[in-house]
Amino acid sequence: MRGSVHLLFVGVFLVAAAVCARAEQVRVAVAANFAAPLQRIAAEFEKDTRHKALISVGATGKFYAQITQGAPFDVFLSADDETPARLVADGAAVADSRFTYALGRLVLWSAQPGFVDDQGAVLRRGAFRHLALANPKTAPYGSAAVEVMKAMGLLDTLRPKFVQGENIAQTMQFVASGNAELGFVALSQVWQDGRVTGGSAWRVPASLHTPIRQDAVLLAGARNNPAALALLRYLKGDKTRALIADFGYELAPPP
Amino acid sequence: MTGASDLGAVWLTLRLAGVTTVILLLLGTPLAWWLARTRSRWRAAVGAVVALPIVLPPTVLGFYLLVAMGPNGPLGQLTQSLGLGLLPFTFTGLVVASVLYSMPFAVQPLQQAFEALGDGPLEAAATLRAGPWDRFVSVVLPLARPGFITAAVLAFAHTVGEFGVVLMIGGNIPDKTRVISVQIYDHVEALEYAQAHGLAGGMLVFSFVVLLALYTLNPPRRRV
Repeated sequence: MRGSVHLLFVGVFLVAAAVCARAEQVRVAVAANFAAPLQRIAAEFEKDTRHKALISVGATGKFYAQITQGAPFDVFLSADDETPARLVADGAAVADSRFTYALGRLVLWSAQPGFVDDQGAVLRRGAFRHLALANPKTAPYGSAAVEVMKAMGLLDTLRPKFVQGENIAQTMQFVASGNAELGFVALSQVWQDGRVTGGSAWRVPASLHTPIRQDAVLLAGARNNPAALALLRYLKGDKTRALIADFGYELAPPP
Repeated sequence: MTGASDLGAVWLTLRLAGVTTVILLLLGTPLAWWLARTRSRWRAAVGAVVALPIVLPPTVLGFYLLVAMGPNGPLGQLTQSLGLGLLPFTFTGLVVASVLYSMPFAVQPLQQAFEALGDGPLEAAATLRAGPWDRFVSVVLPLARPGFITAAVLAFAHTVGEFGVVLMIGGNIPDKTRVISVQIYDHVEALEYAQAHGLAGGMLVFSFVVLLALYTLNPPRRRV
């Protein structure tokens, strides 16, 4: 009896060792707006390459602070292009690995159908108590939202109604729970199969804000991690690019 | 190093902690009295509910409050029907959350102080024909004074140290819901480490001084 238990352990160990030898792990830090697409991509990635992606979701600014303090991530998918560039300058990321994996689109969204019109005129009427946006100091979608309101000449009128999410996911949660009547979120959060999934939305014209270039970068400690290199290659592949576009992102020309 | 927004956060935090402490002493005293004296079979259950915030992650409290106080939640529908509007993203909302969150830190020291009184002093006062209110004011309050001090200091300090719940229901509004802990978090995220140090260092000193004062003036009673 005891012998067979031992044998079982040895067997499990051998199988595990065999699996580990071929499939590596890549630890990915991803900006909140890209969490849902990355989960889909990671599933496909695992099927196609047998490598496993471990995903941590958070705010870009927080990840910067953590990575510069030695956080154990291999790949960073930022919500902007500045943070990866700064990581490269700090020596925390590999310079020639940086590329734009997606261009973010901003949307003004409400959980209530018919609340937001397709021109954003609801912002001028101002008939709401709270307008949610991501913290413009730290979140690229938040600073894009501020630019949009500035371009419309509404920034000072709307500022008293601001409620700020720590990142775009929390902003979404304020709006989805109805506590804020409307808010600026990432199109990817309310977009599926080529249309807005519910509520009402204004797809903010990209001309109203600086493009939200979202860059990926290989972190310095992962230069020799085959799974990390494979994931970055995978993100540039046609299949992945199509999937990213399905989530409502624009794409930069292939690198 | 400390900007106007930092001072605003400090003032807001002190107001929030002050209001919360007053409410907790008013609500907590009868509750702690009941918990200390009752033989009801509900005693254990009520005590457990009061202690919940000690073990629950702030995210649980924050999540439930956000949903419950939202337009479709029971609390939200109540406040709307009373004409108060919705509580998330308001100072009042933070007070409600802080009262729940800091409740055990006020109620438990009071309860222990009341339990330590025993029946003796109250019976003695009763034989001297002191009425219930007189007994409470001239016997219970002076004897339980260390309990009140501990309750007030801990409720205040614990509210000052609140972060997760405020982050989830506050909406980070300057002078309304952006308390010190959230302001520090913002500074760190924006890589403004100098400003973060200013506030964080202040919090560290404040917390130490508060606890030092508490333990010096009011040493914890030795238990048998």
